[in-house]
Amino acid sequence: MPNPINQLFGIHAQALTLRAQRAELLAANLANADTPNYKAQDIDFNAALKDAQSLQNTSGVQINTSQVGHISNDANGLAVNAIRYRVPEQSSLDGNTVDSDHEKSAFTENALRYQISLSILSKKISGLVRTLRGE
Amino acid sequence: MSLFNIFDIAGSGLSAQTTRLNVTASNVSNAQSIASSPESAYKARNPVFATALKDVFQTNPASAGVRTLGIVENNAEHPTRYEPGNPLADDDGYIYLSNVNAIEEMTNMMSASRSYQNNVEVINTSKELLLQTLRLGE
Repeated sequence: MPNPINQLFGIHAQALTLRAQRAELLAANLANADTPNYKAQDIDFNAALKDAQSLQNTSGVQINTSQVGHISNDANGLAVNAIRYRVPEQSSLDGNTVDSDHEKSAFTENALRYQISLSILSKKISGLVRTLRGE
Repeated sequence: MSLFNIFDIAGSGLSAQTTRLNVTASNVSNAQSIASSPESAYKARNPVFATALKDVFQTNPASAGVRTLGIVENNAEHPTRYEPGNPLADDDGYIYLSNVNAIEEMTNMMSASRSYQNNVEVINTSKELLLQTLRLGE
């Protein structure tokens, strides 16, 4: 049975998880900005969010993961299918495809969108609390 | 929570860039060192970075930090100078200078400090986001 709290929060609960995962990926890109042969990666956000939504709609069913190598369908494994390698605009001699400026702007944009989801969730929660109090 | 992983990842970036800055400082300070043979002369050092995958089965295998594989010495030829009066001169009167290229070191230093700043910014932003998430619903 779908969780009514999930329905209240809508897309933003999943968006928040995905934003956090994307932030991690972009942070890894920036940390590896000087690593030879490192290939920059990013999440195809639309695809990842669609995945997350279809998972919620069919939900209740969770794949049991009893060992480390098992693939799960829970929120942590969501973005893995939507990870893509970046196409470099300028190739470098050492095979690294990280463009620091691009990664930095993507990271800032991602952080901002995380905050947007966060403040919408915050408003929803305070609305719910106000309803419960009935003041 | 993947926002916590960012501290590990960006932290590894900070540590790698610090190593690079340290090596650059060592090279710059030894740029004028002299020796009586090419073997004992100071050789410019460079760190080699590699992606640090924690293990194959981590929850998000794509994101990984960086680690310093090792520090390699530059094998470029050492410049020599004819200084028979120098106490370190060899039998033919030559001294051997370090093979540090000052311009290379300066650009290395600038690149390292920029990368360091990027990582610090990432940590600050993530900290801010985490704190806001903690305050969710207040």
